Amino acid sequence: MSIPVLKFDAVIVGAGGAGLRSAIQLSEAGLKTAVLSKVFPTRSHTVAAQGGVAASLGNSEEDHWHWHMYDTVKGSDWLGDQDAIEFMVRKANECVVELEHYGMPFDRTDNGKIYQRPFGGHMSNFGEKPVRRSCAAADRTGHAMLHAMYQRNVKANTQFFVEWMALDLIRDSEGHVLGVTAMEMETGQVVIFHSRATIFATGGAGRIFHSSTNAFINTGDGLGMAARAGIPLEDMEFWQFHPTGVAGAGVLITEGVRGEGGILRNANKERFMERYAPNAKDLASRDVVSRAMTTEINEGRGCGLNKDYVLLDITHLDPNVIMKRLPGIREIGLQFAGVDCIKEPLPVVPTCHYQMGGIPTHYSGRVVVPQDGNPNTIVPGFYAAGECACASVHGANRLGTNSLLDLLVFGKSAGDSAVEDLKAGKAHRDLPKDAAEKSLSRIAAIDNRKGGANVHETRLAMQRTMQTHAGVFRFGDLLKTGVEKILEVEKAARELEIKDKSLAWNTARSEALEMENLIEVAKATMLSAEARKESRGAHVRDDAPDTPEFPNGRNDAEWLKHTLFNPVDNSISYKPVNMQPLTVETIALKTRSY
Amino acid sequence: MERADYERLRWRCIRRALLELDITLTRFLDAGFADLSEAEQAAFVDLVALEDHELWYLVSGKEECEGDLAHFAPLVEKIRKCSVRLAD
Repeated sequence: MSIPVLKFDAVIVGAGGAGLRSAIQLSEAGLKTAVLSKVFPTRSHTVAAQGGVAASLGNSEEDHWHWHMYDTVKGSDWLGDQDAIEFMVRKANECVVELEHYGMPFDRTDNGKIYQRPFGGHMSNFGEKPVRRSCAAADRTGHAMLHAMYQRNVKANTQFFVEWMALDLIRDSEGHVLGVTAMEMETGQVVIFHSRATIFATGGAGRIFHSSTNAFINTGDGLGMAARAGIPLEDMEFWQFHPTGVAGAGVLITEGVRGEGGILRNANKERFMERYAPNAKDLASRDVVSRAMTTEINEGRGCGLNKDYVLLDITHLDPNVIMKRLPGIREIGLQFAGVDCIKEPLPVVPTCHYQMGGIPTHYSGRVVVPQDGNPNTIVPGFYAAGECACASVHGANRLGTNSLLDLLVFGKSAGDSAVEDLKAGKAHRDLPKDAAEKSLSRIAAIDNRKGGANVHETRLAMQRTMQTHAGVFRFGDLLKTGVEKILEVEKAARELEIKDKSLAWNTARSEALEMENLIEVAKATMLSAEARKESRGAHVRDDAPDTPEFPNGRNDAEWLKHTLFNPVDNSISYKPVNMQPLTVETIALKTRSY
Repeated sequence: MERADYERLRWRCIRRALLELDITLTRFLDAGFADLSEAEQAAFVDLVALEDHELWYLVSGKEECEGDLAHFAPLVEKIRKCSVRLAD
């Protein structure tokens, strides 16, 4: 079959913050650049980011990149690479100012400077007291950022392919990346994007969990494509969770609800936090509350048909107080739980929010893999940035407002590296004869299979398995059975069947293709989590508790290392954490406490 | 509505930037859309073309359908009424 080939200097997959930022670098350098996106760029999930972007501008009070670096290393529970972290925080001011010049409407101080507000974990003077470091545009920071960068790309003649789904990475026999295959959703046509540089900016994969704050679009497409092309995935056991999302929906319930007197109850109506935190009770810290909720569910005291959530009760509060101090909560309850929280408690569950791991990259944005004894060998022609990538700056836990910074800095860095490599490099390398075969046969298998697995049921089985066996608080035995279960789900995910065989606008096929990406991420997460026998950052195990020998359950002697999950044979290897910053001294290991 | 038109609309409802809209619009497509008149279906296509925040503020009742958006009010009300218990 003859497949159309479109030639570009660079192809970028994903039009969220990281993709748009890297595209600016390439297009403004005069390179022919394509950006592929499943949706119109300004509908990417970056739009949902509200908190702001961290930069030590010092507009509101004294600040320094070194303090920001310290906070990020500490937040990462020392799993972040200190060279990449120094690179990111030192680039922050430049990236924020550039964005302002692109037209980003940042909030301002009275004297016209970018206004900065405090955000959890960001401190001055190496952890001394909170500092105002977050730059925001009201509650629409991500939205405003995308609009500014999209306009800049239009001006720079970036070519957008909207409502196109990338399918597979194309590599030649020497491992060079030569572009991607992609499907135009309007026609079902598969096309080869032949490029000299390929940048993945596909975002996270939070939809692997049953309860997730992520929009449905976050299906880990870049990670799935990388895994199918034999690229290992780094630190996939680390996922950030919020304690209270609406069960079954994932929509966040602000922690302010517990602040106003909300009480968590189990199926017996018991106020269970009294047992876990006798003093703080429902106002205990986020991780303590999440662990208690998970324990109640695991021990059979969850609510509902599947006993898989607990209740957040504010029925004892004055309805006027609810309406005045917790605006929007009643609406969220009505819309997403079918519950009027003035009369009935809300069903809640710890909810996945952000993926710290991803495609392993150097801070230049170049993808790196272990090869011939070097754990960080560059994959020629391949770059990644944003949530799909692991630079690694977030390590075992991300600080709020560092995610928008990540996509700006590493989006730009990946773009710059691609420009540098392309200017030094040669013509397009020859495509392998079977460049599109893998994608075509995957699609044909989905289209033609009879008696296969249902996509919706398979996705649900994966999500429930991940939520139960690799959720916010993890248990050794549950992780072990979780590995068996996710490998069973994987078998179904490899045998998907769809009823609609249409070429044009076949959303069933698109969802089946997304499912094949999700399962790669779910498997990597479960196996990596089972293997890491310590607690660190967001990976917290019941069998790695807080002891004097291992504070917070962290065991640096054995586990201060990055996980690399090899999707080819489901094996796991490790590589060292880079503790050596670029110009300053190492931020030495110590117990992470706030 | 032709199949391809409906499927295009479906994709633009189930792949939004905001989770709240993914859920709300998917639910309405499954439970309420088929009952709309042809004119209302055409209005729904226009409605979901709005930016995510703008649309969510209307659907969540944070903002009213006023001015240029006033004609969306009955449709938005139908979407708001289409809530179900998801936890079970």
